[in-house]
Amino acid sequence: MAHGDGVAQAVEIREVSFAYDTGRPVLSDVSLTIPRGKVIGIMGQSGCGKTTLLRIIAGVLRPTRGTASVLGTLTRDLDQDGLYAMRRSMGMLFQFGALFTDMSVYDNVAFPLREHSDLPEELIHDLVTMKLEAVGLRGAARLMPAELSGGMARRVALARAIALDPQLILYDEPFTGLDPISFGAIARLVRKLNDTLGATSIIVSHDVEECLDLVDYLYFVSAGRIVAAGTGAEIRRSREPFVEQFVNGLPDGPIPFHYPAPDYGRDLVTTGD
Amino acid sequence: MQALRAFIESLGHRVNGMVLRLGFASRFFFYMLLHSGTAMRRFRLTLREIYFAGVLSLIIILVSGTFVGMVLALQGYETLQRFGSTEALGILLALSLVRELGPVVAGLLFASRAGSAITAEIGLMKATEQIAAMEMMAVDPIARVIAPRFWGGAISMPLLAALFSAAGIFGGYLIGVQLIGIDEGAFWSQMQAAVDVRKDIVNGVIKSVVFGIAVCWIAVFEGYDAPPTAEGVSGATTRTVVTSSLAILALDFVLTAFMFTGGNGL
Amino acid sequence: MNRSIMDLWVGVFAAAGLLALLFLALKVGNLASFSTSQTYAVEVRFGNIGGLKVRAPVKSAGVVVGRVARIGFDSDSYKAVVTLNMDGAYRFPSDSSAKILTAGLLGEQYIGIEAGGDSAMLKGGDRIRLAQDAVVLENLIGQFMTSQAANGKGASK
Repeated sequence: MAHGDGVAQAVEIREVSFAYDTGRPVLSDVSLTIPRGKVIGIMGQSGCGKTTLLRIIAGVLRPTRGTASVLGTLTRDLDQDGLYAMRRSMGMLFQFGALFTDMSVYDNVAFPLREHSDLPEELIHDLVTMKLEAVGLRGAARLMPAELSGGMARRVALARAIALDPQLILYDEPFTGLDPISFGAIARLVRKLNDTLGATSIIVSHDVEECLDLVDYLYFVSAGRIVAAGTGAEIRRSREPFVEQFVNGLPDGPIPFHYPAPDYGRDLVTTGD
Repeated sequence: MQALRAFIESLGHRVNGMVLRLGFASRFFFYMLLHSGTAMRRFRLTLREIYFAGVLSLIIILVSGTFVGMVLALQGYETLQRFGSTEALGILLALSLVRELGPVVAGLLFASRAGSAITAEIGLMKATEQIAAMEMMAVDPIARVIAPRFWGGAISMPLLAALFSAAGIFGGYLIGVQLIGIDEGAFWSQMQAAVDVRKDIVNGVIKSVVFGIAVCWIAVFEGYDAPPTAEGVSGATTRTVVTSSLAILALDFVLTAFMFTGGNGL
Repeated sequence: MNRSIMDLWVGVFAAAGLLALLFLALKVGNLASFSTSQTYAVEVRFGNIGGLKVRAPVKSAGVVVGRVARIGFDSDSYKAVVTLNMDGAYRFPSDSSAKILTAGLLGEQYIGIEAGGDSAMLKGGDRIRLAQDAVVLENLIGQFMTSQAANGKGASK
């Protein structure tokens, strides 16, 4: 069921707003759709609300207003069991991997298989080996997470995220803090896995260069709203001031360089007040 | 006047916060009890926790117990000598250990060693998003991670308290009978005559069970509720030890009042 | 952590813990108390029970044959009503007497039963008629002082 028959969209976000109890709105009236089989990027400044959006898609947070529909089901209607059932078709890669530190690489990848299926150990062994081979770490199966480099840990986490062949894969800042080689490796894996599994991938990131080439479509979030959307090429050509500042890494623009402060001259002259 | 008002406001705020937290902790506790099926069915998970909480505490418990017993024997002999009742040393030793020192001191040691370890482990798992990852993989972390640690600790605690008391009596025997020279027969027979299984030993076991539940509840809750930062985890670990210790002493008072006074026992 | 080693140690730990409990129960405590045996209840009335407490032992010839179950007060006769749980293995004649004695000079108080001579035995619900009150130290001292005063007066006259 690779391309949207029946349910056309993998994810539909309709007029979603979200605020924590403190009242400060994190997302305001966000709407977007994510078609099946595509790799979609959600980009923006730190603290713009993109991670919150990802959490709403994952069902970890409930929108204060609006609806989120994932793989055909409204997250609002789901109870704990329903949420867990939905997540079995999803995989999530956390920012630093979030591997279980008391288990080996092999056991980490085998974890979802052991918890959610009654497969015999021989079959699990085959599946784990295949997943590790896909991310290039079959030889590291016996290592412990503490012995892995950042890039390797993230690749293992990726193998774990796809262990149950999910239909929707979420990536929370997958490129943060990686060296260029690991960077490229992960990016290629994201595309390859998405296409092989026939899944839909959502990447939350602020790494411009890689994402523009990697994704099929891109949403730009700023201060809790969607300010721009388009394919990688369209975004590059965009004249929208925020997009221009972001893509070109300009220090000043719609997002100001200076944190709001009183007049400079006066601040220098007056002595602590 | 303003300062007084501000003080009362902040006090009320803090008490409010504590009550809210207690409510959250209670809800958490009952949820965990309800979802303890996994910990029981896949007993290997709990077994692993019994190893980490119980077996690894053995050395400190046995050594401390022996020393406490030896000190009790020395001090007790010193005082009893003045009344010419040195044969009562066995009674003194056994009753102090079985009724009070066994459950309480073992509980305090357990809280500092195993309780803090449990809190730190869970807190770190939370800080490194392992708990969130488990939730995303549709595995209930409370059933899989928290409950086994609670039950592992709660099962270990009474065993450790019994071992503490036994070690203490042994230590006291070494000092009293072997070193000081009290009559061995009198030592044991007086002890047996005065220590009632129902009243003293069973009550002591009940105390250690209650302490175990309290300490483990506090330990897993503080770990689960810790802010996911380095200071957060370290603060949670400290809070576990402090709160557990206070809880043990307070519960000890309540239980002792029920069990050993008013002449009603069990 | 190797699984079988962990299992081994947990097993050792559990066994050691249970052994410790057993040791405490058998060698340290008096497991041979009649938690299992049958008891029958007998009532005694005292003018003064002194420091007698519930669960105090009932002894005859120095051997524990029962426990004090309940202590009450009769507001008609203004006497203390003490209920004893006697061990079913031991039967006493219905004219046995009960005294309140003290263990040692300043120790706990307990009830001593002296067997009578009747052929009929006490059964559950019966009452022991002959009762001797506890010795209250103040009264004893008071008696002593009065008798000394009387002797002194008599002697000096």
